[in-house]
Amino acid sequence: MLRLLPPMLVLVLAWALWSGHGEPLIVAFGAFSCLAVFGISLRMDRVIGAEPLDYGLAVRSLVYLPWLLLEIVKANLAIAGLILQSKLPDSSHLIRAKAGQSTELGRVIYANSITLTPGTITLDLRGEDLLVHALTKAAAEGVQGGEMDRRVSRLEGQG
Amino acid sequence: MMILDALSWFLLVGGAVLCVIGGLGLLRLPDVYTRAHAAGINDTLGAWAILLGLMLQAGLGLVTIKLAMIGLFIALVGPVSSHALLKAAYAHDVRARASEEEDPHVD
Repeated sequence: MLRLLPPMLVLVLAWALWSGHGEPLIVAFGAFSCLAVFGISLRMDRVIGAEPLDYGLAVRSLVYLPWLLLEIVKANLAIAGLILQSKLPDSSHLIRAKAGQSTELGRVIYANSITLTPGTITLDLRGEDLLVHALTKAAAEGVQGGEMDRRVSRLEGQG
Repeated sequence: MMILDALSWFLLVGGAVLCVIGGLGLLRLPDVYTRAHAAGINDTLGAWAILLGLMLQAGLGLVTIKLAMIGLFIALVGPVSSHALLKAAYAHDVRARASEEEDPHVD
């Protein structure tokens, strides 16, 4: 039962921050909404309590997210510069890559990180095989270089 | 306050310019795959810069928290929608122009 407490706290906190209201009637509505969402989620048995929350992941993401943000900013400026050039490059690529993470969550984080970075979009993820569309050769080489793959593996906790 | 205002305006204008560039890319790039990359600019830095600029205007408070949550949702939903769009295009054999390696759809 104890592991159901954190998701409930998240719901209550989200509601409180979102509404900012303190009137009894509104708070009662909020409490009802939280309980309803919680009850519905419990019935979808893979959503809540299926896996214990990994607090280490949250801590390690403090290293990963700033790096990802910087990569996203760099990629944004690169693609924006590319669009402004008078002659567009004629070199988009479909490439295959491996996701080296051991858990499903890790592979999904990796695939989404690739898509979030402008210039590369994940088309497909089957098992550990990724199909990625890259706008430029540099972006394709960025994925194939595997730095993001290694960093997501580290985020996942593979040492 | 002056510095915060200047920074906020820099972010707002910068984000707006990035969004315009993303729109320009949407028009200029040749096919659905490459165009999705241009839309990625609007999804990420364009939107975030504008949100951050608005947060600096709003100051510490509930409004800023809401703006941050909007940014978080954009970060979570943006890649999912780009992926879904392109996966659907790929599954329906929409051809990519000028693709080279391993592309089963090359003319």
